[in-house]
Amino acid sequence: MLFADPLFGLPSWIDAIIRIVIVVLVMTVFVIYSTYGERKLVARFQQRLGPMRTGPWGLWQGFADAIKLVGKEDIRPKNADRWVFELAPYATFIPVLLTLMVLPFAENWGVRNLALGVFFVFAVLGLNIVGILMAGLGSGNKYALLGAVRAAAQMISYEIPLVVSLLCVVMITGADTGNGVGTLNLNTIAALQEDRPYIVLQPLAFLIFFTAMLSELHRAPFDIPVAESEIVGGYFVEYSGIRWSMFQLTEYASMWGFAVFGSVVFLGGWAWPFGVDSHWALQLATTFTKALAIVVVIIWIRTTVPRLRIDQLMNFSWKVLLELSFLQLIVNGIILYYDWPQELLALTSAVGAGFLIFLIIRHASARSTKGLLGTYRTLGASSS
Amino acid sequence: MSIWPEERVHALADDGFETVDMTINVGPQHPATHGVFRMVLTVDGEKVVDCEPYIGYLHRGLEKLTENHDYRQAMGWWDRTDYLAGMACEMAYCMAVEKLGNISVPLRAEYIRVMMVELSRILSHFMFFGAFGADVGSFGTSFIYGWRERERIYDFFEEVAGDRMFPTYFRPGGVQMDLPENYQDRVRWLLGSIRQGLEDFDGLLVGNEIFVERCRGLSPVTPEQAIAWGLTGPCLRATGYKFDLRKDEPYSVYPNLKFDIPTGANGDVFDRFMVRMAEAWQSTLIVEQCLDALSQMEGELVLNPDLPKTLRIDSGECYVRTEGTKGEYGVYALAKGGNKPYRMKLRSPSFCNLSALREMVIGTYVADAIIILGSLDIVLGEVDK
Repeated sequence: MLFADPLFGLPSWIDAIIRIVIVVLVMTVFVIYSTYGERKLVARFQQRLGPMRTGPWGLWQGFADAIKLVGKEDIRPKNADRWVFELAPYATFIPVLLTLMVLPFAENWGVRNLALGVFFVFAVLGLNIVGILMAGLGSGNKYALLGAVRAAAQMISYEIPLVVSLLCVVMITGADTGNGVGTLNLNTIAALQEDRPYIVLQPLAFLIFFTAMLSELHRAPFDIPVAESEIVGGYFVEYSGIRWSMFQLTEYASMWGFAVFGSVVFLGGWAWPFGVDSHWALQLATTFTKALAIVVVIIWIRTTVPRLRIDQLMNFSWKVLLELSFLQLIVNGIILYYDWPQELLALTSAVGAGFLIFLIIRHASARSTKGLLGTYRTLGASSS
Repeated sequence: MSIWPEERVHALADDGFETVDMTINVGPQHPATHGVFRMVLTVDGEKVVDCEPYIGYLHRGLEKLTENHDYRQAMGWWDRTDYLAGMACEMAYCMAVEKLGNISVPLRAEYIRVMMVELSRILSHFMFFGAFGADVGSFGTSFIYGWRERERIYDFFEEVAGDRMFPTYFRPGGVQMDLPENYQDRVRWLLGSIRQGLEDFDGLLVGNEIFVERCRGLSPVTPEQAIAWGLTGPCLRATGYKFDLRKDEPYSVYPNLKFDIPTGANGDVFDRFMVRMAEAWQSTLIVEQCLDALSQMEGELVLNPDLPKTLRIDSGECYVRTEGTKGEYGVYALAKGGNKPYRMKLRSPSFCNLSALREMVIGTYVADAIIILGSLDIVLGEVDK
């Protein structure tokens, strides 16, 4: 099936609308089931069962929630700035939706196959923060304001390592295309990984990408803009009903968007390990499995780790991730310029990744007082 | 856009802009306040400049209510002070009444009491670990972990006394009834589960880099400061000052039991957490010794049989202090005849510990203020009485 051509020979704008509708519908079902899946998974991590009442194993819980949310009253606080408040959910949702347009779910399966795919994703996703700031400022609530300002600060800090880590991959595609020119086309990037995914060549870049992604998604341990135990939800604290659910939709849609994006850029997308000639259903399944793996790891991290403080978050970005990502970029440049073998790329990046992990562990162990509990496990260990 | 009319102009920054301190209201309905506590934080960006706590949302007039009830009836109110460890409060109340009326307590009852109080201490500490983990931001996982052991201990309480949170199990002169038949096995199994729970917390929170990073070195308190502020309990011991009424002013059968008093070194939030961890572990050892002692005196009396149907105390005045789960839990009692106390006054550890909150949070971040409040481990029933 040639997905690059317009469907059924329709005019291209009708074709685009059909594709957008398909993506939105599929994404909505995905979001409904990823909320269900997250609740089930988190429940398992916490020795609970999760939703069990609505349908078999609680399978209809997501739909029940969606109907409930649509039926709820749309509350607007008296202090709120009316238009800013009401338009904010759209301003957050539309950019996330737009990023879905360029993601290749299988070979040429996407709404549009843009030559500047990677660039487009970041150009558009950066607009997301406008909606969040609108929500924070327009709500007339201090928790919301604080959450929005935190989100903005966090977004500015983590966007840089995120983009630089992706540039590292884009540089390498230059060596793979054969003509020395890298590509920003996501479909091509996936196809170039037929033999090995780029995570093998760039583990450090993947680590940085993953960390920055968690931060962009406001997921633990970087969930300070929505910190539930401090500012009770942050920028969407005043929203209810359908508008609140749009924020929720945004959160999960961007999670899936990032997961698919990460799997295309680093994990080989639809091409690895079954090759570019495999059946489209297999390609779809491959992409989905990889994205699902990323989503599960995100949820796993969320249930395990506590939250960072705002200054620790900033320090980690500006003092660690930024330096390492630029170092990676420079090393990649040197290796590619002199046409050294690609194994060297993998080696240097792996050393860098090891260094990053070592930094974190050493930093914590230097401060940890493991064994205080051990002292008091038996009687008379501390003579009084 | 003046949507915050109560704010005042704070200072003129260097570049001539007027800067305004923002006040943030936390509570009384807020996940971090562990009840109905309210604090108004004045913040400069993310930094806390000032903090003003408001209490009294849970005031029930406990002391006055006690004056209007029979000595035995009033016990139900004292359960509801530190509602996470009802038995520890009953202990202090009963000791005060016994001291007023010169009532003796059978030895078996004393051991049962100590065992139940130590189980309550563990229970209360587990609630702290869970809630504190949630404050630091671990999305409920630690909360549910804490809840597991708590429910198991409550199941045992229910079996013993018929109620979970407010058992009203102690009586002036002993305890209401003997333990159920299988209590030895039940409690030993419970101790294993508790130790496993402590190990789980050690892995989940203490073994976590972010948790250590958040708590270490936050709001360090020196022993001098702690004493000046009236801190007691784990908050005081975290500073390295060894003060525990179970050792320093022994009551009940504590002199017969062997245990250590864990102390910290820096008095920071992390040490407060670790002291509670070690304390819970030591409590399991105390419970074990109680079980051994109890097995030697099966079938003995658990309630002083010489007590009249209505307790009447002619006159007397006393102050009894015990090591509650949060610190020094003191009861002042004054009797002037009749079957009711003339005056009962509670010195609640949470209230005194909470008074240090303002000094502790100034200069920290908003997120820190939340976990400093959490580390004090207040129970609003005890603060507001």
